[in-house]
Amino acid sequence: MSRSRETKDWIFRLIFKATGLLTIALLVGIFLMLISNSIAFFFDVSLIDFLGGKQWSPDKGGGVYGILPLLASTGLVTLGSMVIAIPLGILTAAYLAEFAPSRLQAILKPLIEVLASIPSVAIGFLGIVLVGPAISNVFGTLSGLNALNGSILLAVMALPTIISVSEDAINAIPKSYREASLALGANQWATLFRVTLPAALPGLIAAVMLGLGRALGETMTVLMATGNAAAMPTSFLDSVRTITATIAIEMGEVPFQTTHYFALFAIAAVLFIITLGINLLGEYLANRLRKYHA
Amino acid sequence: MSQTKLSTQSLNLHFGDKHVLKGINIEIPANKVTALIGPSGCGKSTLLRSFNRMHDLTPEAYIEGKLLLEQLDLYDKKNTVTDIRKRIGMVFQKPNPLPKSIFDNLAYGLKLHKTPKKEIPDMVTKALQESYLWEEVKDELQKPAVQLSGGQQQRLCIARAVVLRPEVILMDEPCSALDPISTKKVEELILSLKDDYTVVIVTHNMQQAQRIADYVAFMYLGEVIEFDECEKIFHQPQHELTRNYIEGTFG
Ligand SMILES: Nc1ncnc2c1ncn2[C@@H]1O[C@H](COP(=O)(O)OP(=O)(O)O)[C@@H](O)[C@H]1O
Ligand SMILES: [Mg+2]
Repeated sequence: MSRSRETKDWIFRLIFKATGLLTIALLVGIFLMLISNSIAFFFDVSLIDFLGGKQWSPDKGGGVYGILPLLASTGLVTLGSMVIAIPLGILTAAYLAEFAPSRLQAILKPLIEVLASIPSVAIGFLGIVLVGPAISNVFGTLSGLNALNGSILLAVMALPTIISVSEDAINAIPKSYREASLALGANQWATLFRVTLPAALPGLIAAVMLGLGRALGETMTVLMATGNAAAMPTSFLDSVRTITATIAIEMGEVPFQTTHYFALFAIAAVLFIITLGINLLGEYLANRLRKYHA
Repeated sequence: MSQTKLSTQSLNLHFGDKHVLKGINIEIPANKVTALIGPSGCGKSTLLRSFNRMHDLTPEAYIEGKLLLEQLDLYDKKNTVTDIRKRIGMVFQKPNPLPKSIFDNLAYGLKLHKTPKKEIPDMVTKALQESYLWEEVKDELQKPAVQLSGGQQQRLCIARAVVLRPEVILMDEPCSALDPISTKKVEELILSLKDDYTVVIVTHNMQQAQRIADYVAFMYLGEVIEFDECEKIFHQPQHELTRNYIEGTFG
């Protein structure tokens, strides 16, 4: 009896360990694949020219492969999207968790889930027919396909993740914290901003990281909405081309195992490292904050 | 009997269609410890929480009658709940330090009520001294409060109420989650508080009530059955129900 239970225990532990290891293996595998394909690129182009180059023109002469314009594009679009999505997402989550009457909650929550399930191509169309014209109207630009457009769309795509993860984080804060604050004479707003949200910060960071990851990696939407000019952007109204869009556009036409081909792996590796770095930083910050919790 | 600090007049409280407090008239004397006793579910916590308006956030709570802090009508729309809660502090059953440092747990309330920044450290120190916690924490004020022991956390929660210099401190079974030694320390602390504050404490521990209370209210099914000096309640209860309860819980 207890023998068979022990065996069962052992089998389950093995299964869980295996699935955990599989995730790690996948991560390492993807990274090695990117790196090994990138190495050939660095036989032709120096790391300095690659990381410091302000021009990305694979077709020009022997090809110029400076990642900076792509990096700046990705950075700009993502930054813009987070500036919109983080406050909006967290405040929406706080409203849903703390203030919204249950009837409104019952309507809003499914709506937010629907928003999450809209395919990125559809959001891209939204950028072309709605956001783009609106931007060119408001700012008087010729085209509305630019970094701002991408930021707005990515914000829309990151919002559902940020909202639902933030809401879980806020709901997980014990009622006793709120009571402690209210009993000291705090109003509901002070309680929210000085106790509940700070207490939920580890979870809010996780929410932002997931949203950020979504925005950084998103391809189709930015490809459709940002104008795809691989030049150094100087403002949110410039057309930009992110790392992801560059890979998607150029991978289809590039001859196999040329410098250009390997260059695309190299920029993918850079994106991978950035994403990983951001997640590790988020994890580190969240862990540092957790020591204040029981 | 000394001056009345807190009182209720025909207080009735309903949660939805559940009638929880029934026609309560009580006058709680100033600078004394008043204990609320009675079987579980009889409405002790509900009565206690109606004094600092903690039911405000419970939509189904409905209150009739009057509650007064001296002459101040606690439920008059003119009187803001945040000011009332500054004057009537509360300590909960389970120690609930905020997820902040020891220092910030006390500074939080002071900042809320716009205390000048340079006065805060001294006030924090004083409140911790008065709560017999200072010696134990003076070298680690920046430590997260959750790293304190349960008893220390509860004394911190009392200090957090004390630092605001309230007039009344409400306590809902403040020792029920503590070990005997911590309980003893908290009881000593409560006794020392009554010089400056009016203390109302819910307790299910009859020995504790006798050790610390000056006055005792016995509650049963939402009513205050008997309210008198501690000595009288425990030795010459006027009411059959009171006697049964006290004997029952001893036997
Ligand atoms: N928020 C609430 N909604 C509905 N009923 C409640 C609520 N809070 C307390 N009650 C009910 O009110 C009664 C008194 O509760 P309480 O004051 O907590 O009792 P005590 O503290 O004496 O054990 C109980 O029957 C309890 O179930
Ligand atoms: Mg109770």
